[in-house]
Amino acid sequence: MQKINSRDELNRVQDRAKKQIEATSSRILICAGTGCLAGGSGLIYERLCELAKDCPQVSIEFGPEIAHGDAYKKTAAPGSAQKNVCENGEGGETAQEVDQPSVGIKKSGCHGFCEMGPLVRIEPHGILYTKVKPEDCEEIFEKTILNGELIHRLLYTQNGKEYAGQEEIPFYKKQTRLVLKNCGHIDAEHIEEYIATGGYQALAKVLHQMTPAEVVDEVSEANLRGRGGGGFQTGYKWSQVASQKETVRYVVCNGDEGDPGAFMDRSIMEGDPHKMIEGMLIAAYAVGAREGYIYVRAEYPLAIQRLKLAIAQAEECGLLGENIMGTQFGFHLHINRGAGAFVCGEGSALTASIEGKRGMPRVKPPRTVEQGLFGKPTVLNNVETFANVPMIIDDGAKWYRGIGPENSPGTKAFALTGSVKNTGLIEVPMGTSLREVIFDIGGGIKNDQEFKAVQIGGPSGGCLVEKDLDVSLDFDSLKKMGAMIGSGGLVVMDQHTCMVEVARFFMSFTQRESCGKCVPCREGTKRMLEILERIVEGNGEIEDLDRLESLADMISSTALCGLGKSAPLPVISTMKAFPEEYMEHIVDKKCRAGVCQSMKNYVIDPEKCKGCSKCARSCPASAISGQIKSPFTIDSEKCIKCGACLGNCPFGAISIEV
Amino acid sequence: MLDASFYEKTDEIIEQHTREECSLIPIIQDIQAEYRYLPPELLNYVAREIGITEAKAYSVASFYENFSFEPKGKYVIKVCDGTACHVRKSIPILDRLYNDLKLSKEKATTDDMLFTLETVSCLGACGLAPVLTVNDKVYPGMTPEAATELIKKLRGEADAEN
Amino acid sequence: MGYMTIDGIEVEFTDESNVLSVIRKADIDIPTLCYHSELSVYGACRLCTVENDRGKTFASCSERPRDGMVIYTNTPRLMKYRKMILELLLSAHCRDCTTCIKSGECHLQELAHRMGVTSIGYENKKTQYPIDMSSPAIVRDPNKCILCGDCVRMCDNVQHVNAIDFAYRGTEALVTPAFDKTIAETDCVNCGQCRAVCPTGAISINTNIEVIWEALADKNVKVIAQIAPAVRVAVGDAFGLARGENVMGKIVNVMHRMGFDEVYDTAYGADLTVMEESKELLERLTSGEKLPLFTSCCPAWVSYCESHYPELVDHISTCRSPMQMFGAVMQEYYKEPKKNGGKQILSVAVMPCTAKKAEILRGESKTDGKQDVDYVLTTTELITMIKKTGIRFENLDIESSDMPFGIGSGAGIIFGNTGGVTEAVLRRLTDGHNRSDMDRIRHSGVRGEEGIKELTFPYKDREIRAAVVSGLGNADELIKRIKSGEAEYDFVEVMACHRGCVMGGGQPVQAGPRTRAARAKGLYDTDINTQIKKSNENPLTVTLYNTLLKGKEHKLLHRNME
Repeated sequence: MQKINSRDELNRVQDRAKKQIEATSSRILICAGTGCLAGGSGLIYERLCELAKDCPQVSIEFGPEIAHGDAYKKTAAPGSAQKNVCENGEGGETAQEVDQPSVGIKKSGCHGFCEMGPLVRIEPHGILYTKVKPEDCEEIFEKTILNGELIHRLLYTQNGKEYAGQEEIPFYKKQTRLVLKNCGHIDAEHIEEYIATGGYQALAKVLHQMTPAEVVDEVSEANLRGRGGGGFQTGYKWSQVASQKETVRYVVCNGDEGDPGAFMDRSIMEGDPHKMIEGMLIAAYAVGAREGYIYVRAEYPLAIQRLKLAIAQAEECGLLGENIMGTQFGFHLHINRGAGAFVCGEGSALTASIEGKRGMPRVKPPRTVEQGLFGKPTVLNNVETFANVPMIIDDGAKWYRGIGPENSPGTKAFALTGSVKNTGLIEVPMGTSLREVIFDIGGGIKNDQEFKAVQIGGPSGGCLVEKDLDVSLDFDSLKKMGAMIGSGGLVVMDQHTCMVEVARFFMSFTQRESCGKCVPCREGTKRMLEILERIVEGNGEIEDLDRLESLADMISSTALCGLGKSAPLPVISTMKAFPEEYMEHIVDKKCRAGVCQSMKNYVIDPEKCKGCSKCARSCPASAISGQIKSPFTIDSEKCIKCGACLGNCPFGAISIEV
Repeated sequence: MLDASFYEKTDEIIEQHTREECSLIPIIQDIQAEYRYLPPELLNYVAREIGITEAKAYSVASFYENFSFEPKGKYVIKVCDGTACHVRKSIPILDRLYNDLKLSKEKATTDDMLFTLETVSCLGACGLAPVLTVNDKVYPGMTPEAATELIKKLRGEADAEN
Repeated sequence: MGYMTIDGIEVEFTDESNVLSVIRKADIDIPTLCYHSELSVYGACRLCTVENDRGKTFASCSERPRDGMVIYTNTPRLMKYRKMILELLLSAHCRDCTTCIKSGECHLQELAHRMGVTSIGYENKKTQYPIDMSSPAIVRDPNKCILCGDCVRMCDNVQHVNAIDFAYRGTEALVTPAFDKTIAETDCVNCGQCRAVCPTGAISINTNIEVIWEALADKNVKVIAQIAPAVRVAVGDAFGLARGENVMGKIVNVMHRMGFDEVYDTAYGADLTVMEESKELLERLTSGEKLPLFTSCCPAWVSYCESHYPELVDHISTCRSPMQMFGAVMQEYYKEPKKNGGKQILSVAVMPCTAKKAEILRGESKTDGKQDVDYVLTTTELITMIKKTGIRFENLDIESSDMPFGIGSGAGIIFGNTGGVTEAVLRRLTDGHNRSDMDRIRHSGVRGEEGIKELTFPYKDREIRAAVVSGLGNADELIKRIKSGEAEYDFVEVMACHRGCVMGGGQPVQAGPRTRAARAKGLYDTDINTQIKKSNENPLTVTLYNTLLKGKEHKLLHRNME
């Protein structure tokens, strides 16, 4: 890769990369996000490569191999007579001269439609094949690539309608993918692919056309608010760092996305890492930082690998390092891996962790913008926030403010999971209603169950119910509802979810992840958890509700950091929305969702029971008795609710009574 | 007492970083990647080499969940108990594995050093819930039965290697 | 600069760095368990949470005062929170208050009482840990730890020792040496400053009270005591007397009544130290070797130097500490059957210091294989013993200490303050002895609370460059400066505890700024009232060199370095 020493050179690289992409008659993009890789997309990639290699009718172009590539490289001896094997994307000029169809096979980042993975997208037709198996590759290659035919069984169908074009699928159609625009459409391991889409043009613009102050102004003008949860004004943060006396400053990217049920940032880091790197570069230029750190949680090995590669490529191109694009501006980027502590998502804990300390939040002031990493002024934004920056520079604050509501402009990525038909990663304008997200994009509740609630913002968030479905998803509206956007996890729940158990689950999460520094969080969440455990075990008392409320009030008013302060939110919001479920658990010892083990009541249907005694023999508590050939019964006093009988009944006579 | 090769390897790892406090975590991550656990002797050695106290190094290493002072099994199985996985029944999978491997919350590694069983808050693969990972490879849509099968398969693999 | 309204009262603030200090300035003793003006702000206990006029709550320790701020410190809501926090702390805490060594001076106990905690609705499910008795100086009981982090910040940030730190996290977090080692296995220097800031009984003094009671009751044992200078200004306030008042006379009286056979003054030992150390300084100045000369009075400093700067151990004076010099001299004196009356001699030192408990066990603290001082009692332990007797200490008459070791010079007395050793040495090296001579030394920069003081003092045809350091972290900084060549000295006085022995790890805890100042003043005032200002003018010293010490100076007064 050549060094890019000026804006013109960037433009030339972009033109060449574009042409190269256009020259390939079809491109196969195999999703290589964590989800699809887990589903076996790595094998699909390899299989398709082999097929292409063995096919005399096409010339092929590969993306550079990182993850699983060594094996392939060895088999793909370059230079066979009629094929143009292009190992690293350079020298593609010759491809267009070969007079036969050519095919590009690339691994892309996450498409977001994880439920349907592994996904294979075929360009330029925009076909999306879903749930692809390695066995399907031959057919894809023969029919679609060589003959342009559709394979109907691999297409997505909804309500009997078949969707050939990815963009037509309701899941995508209702989205506004700006931050995630490239995710799934480009090869994330290849910087030219990003440059081809106009990548690093925003950096070129700020370096050659704008002063740092103008950059800060533009971002402030766009009213970009932090996507990590708090919704703090990014431009203001930058301006504060820029105004510090201390001239050594840092830019830090928070990629420690730890909320259970959230993976937006991971998808960006894996699918379009250069976008956030470009955002960080722009931030560094704006505030005068020369060093930057990306803190990625250790559970995201692929993201770390892609970021490392992206940084190496950007350095090679001279887009990171000294004298970037021939200017005086220099910026160096480091990656820090998390080591397993949720609390490191909190700013001061994160910087402490980079410094090699225990990741414990510290008191503020001084704030991170004054004394952050290594005691120096620090811009700390999350992945999605940085990924928003290039387009604000490219298209202007005015354009950006045209998206979403006045006070929360732009889009927001959400991880839609739980009991919803189409789980996955989505992006919608701020202000979209919850209803649109769950029912239009998400396709409604799984197995056509009834919608019960949605947990938003993870363990720091709250739950919203039926009546809240039309609430606008933006920072301020959610805050008013006692929830928060958090990092953007949306976990949909149906009537089979027990809300008390959900509250217990979140509390056990926060409790386990409490750093232990301040008393309210360390001891208070522990006691809240004990009470909740008691309730789901059927030992709750009515006073427990008051205890929970006063502990919650104390913790949210006195805890040291945001995580502690928001820890009681899931409990409070479920208590508010589902008081009857708490009462049932405490008073009637009943769990209407049939989730809480202790409250399950196993019964034998005398109509169906043939008296075979298999259940009685499998019961570890000897709670089942009866005469052979006549219906058996379960002694609920002795029953330990293990469910062994249920699994063992050959006649389906045993069920759980709710 | 560890043999000299451990210290030589550690020296090599330290050379790839700077000798200062902020290198502690990356260095011990590399050591752990090498040995699948963090031998206490090496933590103390690193502390001395980069100029921090033993108590500080221990304080940091024990704070983070990823570091283990105990050797781990060849296959580290992490069962995700994040929201989505929990809702989609990850606990029965965990229970099955505890049972199959004769492990418990207190005893995480099998005596033959083949398996270590852990839970993890969220692997971020919620769309594939419930999931578990074996040495960072993700297995989606798990069931207790599939977990039993997986253990069999891994045992077979390990046997074949030996 | 500005005004804020606290509970409806307008309060001016100037350079206070946080709201909590302003609240305290307004004479409201807002509760806290983790705030010490000496330590960095940690913000863990949250007891100091206050509310502003918009109902927003925040911890006052970590908020900057702003002009026009309106805050409330005692609303019903805040009182409820405080009570809950204390309940939660106690719910994970050993509740054997009545048998706890810290009972009565435990900050947690006091606050629980003040906030009206009458019952705790939770079970203590915390893992129970063994009590660490390995150190001769301190006892660590993790089951009483509330994780306020005061000891960790003291040990690490202030003392640069870091023998203990946090480990693990959440409810499993604990304060411990690395890998659950015992204190004795660490580089702990026994300074006891962790114990001085510990609000509970999690770190306490390893006491020798019982064995002393037994010895006092034993007719066959002659119990000889020496009292360190800093002790006499830290006992009175425990009995309702003025802070910092010199109550040496009452201490001598009460100790006699408790059964101590002889009660001597360590200030006398200090005078011996001044004689020897001055001599050593002059020798080194002449030879130009092993400079700067570091003082050796403080055993915690000596330990610190040994573990952190072994290459500088040679620079430490070979002199024994005043306590050890005295111990050796006393043992020599009581060797004669006529003097010991056929009884076994038990040598007890009452010290403001926990490190002294470790010092007496060191090899070099023995003469002819026998320990020179058998037991060290800290000031705190002495107070406990007095209280046990029921004697109304405050009403006692004063008695003078016993002869022949009952007189110390003013120079010996001020050893208890940082700079005292240096000032005493300078007095020794000065020919004059009138008031103006003394004042010149006093104003040389040797006095004051600062952690690092530098001064030069003319001596004959040259100048002595001295530094006075208190607090091991400050010592560490100074040594780094010396090693880098940034600073050069002839003489360096080091005391491990910031402000010197008056704030030693064995002194009664919870000493605020006023107590600290009063203790220092107490010693300086005593010096003013003492006719003999210079160690070399102490008649007992002069006699001793001509009699008992003759030919034995090195054996009895210097550390056996082989």
